[in-house]
Amino acid sequence: MIVFCRKLAFLFLFLGMLAVRNLEAKDSCVECHLALEDNLQAPALAFTADVHQHRGFTCVDCHGGDSSQDDPEASMNRSRGFAGKFKRVDVPKMCARCHSDANLIHKYKPQQRVDQYAQYQTSVHGKRIASGDAAAANCVDCHSVHDIREVKDPRSPVYPLRLPETCARCHADQSHMGKYKIPTNQFSEYRKSVHWEALAKRGDISAPNCASCHGNHGATPPQVGSVAAVCGTCHTMFEDLYRKSPHQTAFADMGMGGCVVCHGNHAVLKPSGKMLVGPQAVCDQCHEADSSGGKSAVEMADLLGRLESSLQRSDEILAVARRSGMEVSEALLRQQEGKETLVKARVAVHAFQVAQVAAPVNEGMKISTETYQAGVVALKERGFRRMGLGFSLLAILVTMGGLWMTIRSIESKPSNNNGGEL
Amino acid sequence: MTVKTTRQRAQEWVEERLGLDSVQEFMSHKTVPVHSSTLWYYFGGITLFLFVIQVLTGVLLLLYYRPTPAEAYESVQFIVTRVQFGWLVRSIHSWSANLMILAAFIHMFSIVFLRAYRRPREVTWLSGVALLGLALGFGFSGYLLPWNTVSYFATKVGTDMAASVPYVGNFLARFLRGGDEVGGATLTRFFGFHVAVLPGLATLCLVVHLVLVQKFGISSPPRVEAEYRRKGTPIPQMPFFPNFFLRELMAWYGALGVLGALAALFPWELGEKADPFVSAPAGIRPEWYFLAPFYTLKLIPSHVWIFEGELLGLFGFGVLALCWIALPFWGTEREKQDRTRWATALGICLLLYLVSFSLLGYYR
Repeated sequence: MIVFCRKLAFLFLFLGMLAVRNLEAKDSCVECHLALEDNLQAPALAFTADVHQHRGFTCVDCHGGDSSQDDPEASMNRSRGFAGKFKRVDVPKMCARCHSDANLIHKYKPQQRVDQYAQYQTSVHGKRIASGDAAAANCVDCHSVHDIREVKDPRSPVYPLRLPETCARCHADQSHMGKYKIPTNQFSEYRKSVHWEALAKRGDISAPNCASCHGNHGATPPQVGSVAAVCGTCHTMFEDLYRKSPHQTAFADMGMGGCVVCHGNHAVLKPSGKMLVGPQAVCDQCHEADSSGGKSAVEMADLLGRLESSLQRSDEILAVARRSGMEVSEALLRQQEGKETLVKARVAVHAFQVAQVAAPVNEGMKISTETYQAGVVALKERGFRRMGLGFSLLAILVTMGGLWMTIRSIESKPSNNNGGEL
Repeated sequence: MTVKTTRQRAQEWVEERLGLDSVQEFMSHKTVPVHSSTLWYYFGGITLFLFVIQVLTGVLLLLYYRPTPAEAYESVQFIVTRVQFGWLVRSIHSWSANLMILAAFIHMFSIVFLRAYRRPREVTWLSGVALLGLALGFGFSGYLLPWNTVSYFATKVGTDMAASVPYVGNFLARFLRGGDEVGGATLTRFFGFHVAVLPGLATLCLVVHLVLVQKFGISSPPRVEAEYRRKGTPIPQMPFFPNFFLRELMAWYGALGVLGALAALFPWELGEKADPFVSAPAGIRPEWYFLAPFYTLKLIPSHVWIFEGELLGLFGFGVLALCWIALPFWGTEREKQDRTRWATALGICLLLYLVSFSLLGYYR
């Protein structure tokens, strides 16, 4: 009897725990919407992957209402704060309720910034939303809705590798951009650039994407005067030289946007000396060939070309020496220093002063001459070794021949052959 | 009264002190069997010749080599770039090490297939197997000495394998490394093994091996013995000196030519200096003679039933090595007649395994 009572007590305790657990987990929004179909079911399904759900937030935290009620009339009652589906123009304000609250956000992520909404209000998107343009981008257009993931999650639409495609969803859509009179070729142009190559082909998430130049929440096109500053965020030395160059004032006076005048904006191609002279040159857009600027461009291109071909000549001879097994590691190390001078010379082009380009080029020429000589010496040594080998092999063959003749001579005498088959 | 010439007096002086006449007498009666497999007899001599080259070039390298992590790589670099013919000495040392191990393997398998390990040559076989083990030890210890990336990580993998031996593994790994990790202490230790411990042991085994070869002479294969027994004639013999010796000399010259060509056309690479703080480069693998067991261990799953895969692999290699070493002692005298077939089968399987798995390990 005591055993039976004990078992009964355990059963009640177990059922009681189950009931309490059920009360705690009660979420009539998810329960009902999962039982519905299509558009009404999709949010409940998607929400399982949402970062908010993982942090303990529920539907009512955004949409209001009372999820403890099974009756839809009661749970989705305006008197219980139910807001329903938000108008597109109201979404940023709704997200900002929490995301601008440092006290709340820092409970979950102490390092998380809370100025997204303030920045958004300065952006073109934010300004259009504020003016009542519901077609302008709001938070969910970039971050998705109901299945929002952290930016560091590779499945998030704002993960660095996916961001350009996310922006392109609207910005490459002619029907969407038509009314704003904005071109839609940015993404296709960007895909030709060195930045895209680094991002998408090499998987370098630190490579520039749309937000790197335009900003993210405060997205805005860089103004003419700020282009160099934007590019200079990463290309510091180039910006420094450009600011001290005569082009800074000239471009500013002409209302031209710094770096993009020569390099373009979205389709930033791999730069080379060909940008100075020849069919791909950009200098002749402004400078006549016989002008001082035109002549400087030719001189700088010549300097860079000389260093490039000199380094290439050393590369080739050192590669042959290395393939032949010659020890040229010291020369290869020196050759690296030579290549660094080429990089320095290319950077120095942005000062647009021949003398500034000539200094690293002269240093590089000196190095490449040294490394070429090292290659010549290595190949000479290879020739010497091969000649030595030839003579040695000849000597060995002659000796072997002599030995064979000696053996034949010994064995041709009957007394030395013990009757064996030799 | 006869007047002795200076030469005769000198010969008498030497004979009185060294007694070389007995050696000369012994040499004049020493013969080598002549049959279709005589060619394989030359590989023992070629191995010895390459060992002598190893010793000579090793001594020359010792003049410049410095066994510390800070100086080892630079000293080898100095040898191959600055020392007159240093590149040749280093290259010959490396190539002859590999050719010596190849020649030793060929010699060992020829002994198995020609049944030269039979009574009374059991100890000759054991000393030969010990010499091969020492040659592999020379290879393993010498590989680390240039202190380059490949050798550093290969040694790390090798000593990690030693650590997985049950009970004594940790002690063994620490003994080899001189600590928990491959470092300066390991380099000093491996240098010590390479230039003092192993040469000492190898000289001892070599003396035993050569003395026994002289004592028991060169063995004829059973099938040749049976053939001539049927014919009722003795097996043809060739005088060791000068007939066989001159042929062996030709083989040595041939080996020298191959060695010189390899050293001059494909100088042994130095690679990059070892950096213990970077991750192991992709495709790291040991020297070719360790490739077969290395690749086998890679293929074995981490767990086989209740056993650790690597441990099981090492146990398998241990059993195989014991069977191989004990080859002359398999069965009783009568049983041995049948079991020689098993020895041949094992030899063929082992040879096929070593060749195929080494190739797989190299190309995969």
